[in-house]
Amino acid sequence: MSDDKQALQAKTGSEPDRESQRAVLPRVDVFESESGITLLADLPGVPRDKLELKVEGDTLWVEGTVEPQTPEGLEAIYAEVRVPRFRRSFTLSRELDSSKVEANLKDGVLTLRIPKQAHAQPRRIAVQAG
Amino acid sequence: MFDSLLNSPSSLFGDFERLRRELDDVFGATGFPTSIRSVAPGTLPAINVGRTANSIEVYAFAPGLDASKIDVTIERGVLRISGERNAGIPENDPKVTVYSRERGSGSFMRAVSLPDDVDPGHVRASYREGVPQVSIARRESAQPKRIAVQ
Repeated sequence: MSDDKQALQAKTGSEPDRESQRAVLPRVDVFESESGITLLADLPGVPRDKLELKVEGDTLWVEGTVEPQTPEGLEAIYAEVRVPRFRRSFTLSRELDSSKVEANLKDGVLTLRIPKQAHAQPRRIAVQAG
Repeated sequence: MFDSLLNSPSSLFGDFERLRRELDDVFGATGFPTSIRSVAPGTLPAINVGRTANSIEVYAFAPGLDASKIDVTIERGVLRISGERNAGIPENDPKVTVYSRERGSGSFMRAVSLPDDVDPGHVRASYREGVPQVSIARRESAQPKRIAVQ
């Protein structure tokens, strides 16, 4: 029952070590075009200020806490979402430019655009007449 | 219906689900009754239901919907939430390579049977951060009352 309440009220603060907290994997779509990689992740109920994105070395971390608006005195009677946290990590490859990642969160869907390094994009080489 | 978490690659639950289906095939389905509207585990959107002294709150975890296409109805004590989601991956683009396709698309519907004490005349629905939330008032007769002792 405490799990249910947690899912609905998603209380934060006074939480223990965050690495040990339970989290579920968000579902993602990942696709690549000439300019870079796009990642879409389903993060329903995660407000912008509870979303954390970080790049450590070549690893991209996505973490978010579910915090729906709940009225005073809410008591859970049925819960399918019991773990109010999403977490997933991805290994980036060298030709991606992790310093230029663009992120957008709209209606619970995170869109990440990771461009390729300029030198990794296809380029035509002019041949000089000698 | 959004396709299930069970289809995700490298998902432990996917392996469990396959095992469960194989066991069902061998031993036949188990005799435990389930709710007539229950869905396979992992089917989206997931639903949470809560109550306060004066309302019932239903949360559906359905990200990426067009808010104008979400349909909420209450009929004979059953709340239905339906909607539709477009695919996030561009279709038929030869320059696009798809590595992962776990997010489902298409239309979905979830139904919740409500307690008898709700008042279908007082319903509020909102869509925030990918969560359609429906709040249905409970009738006054169901709300806690203090009785004066003579």
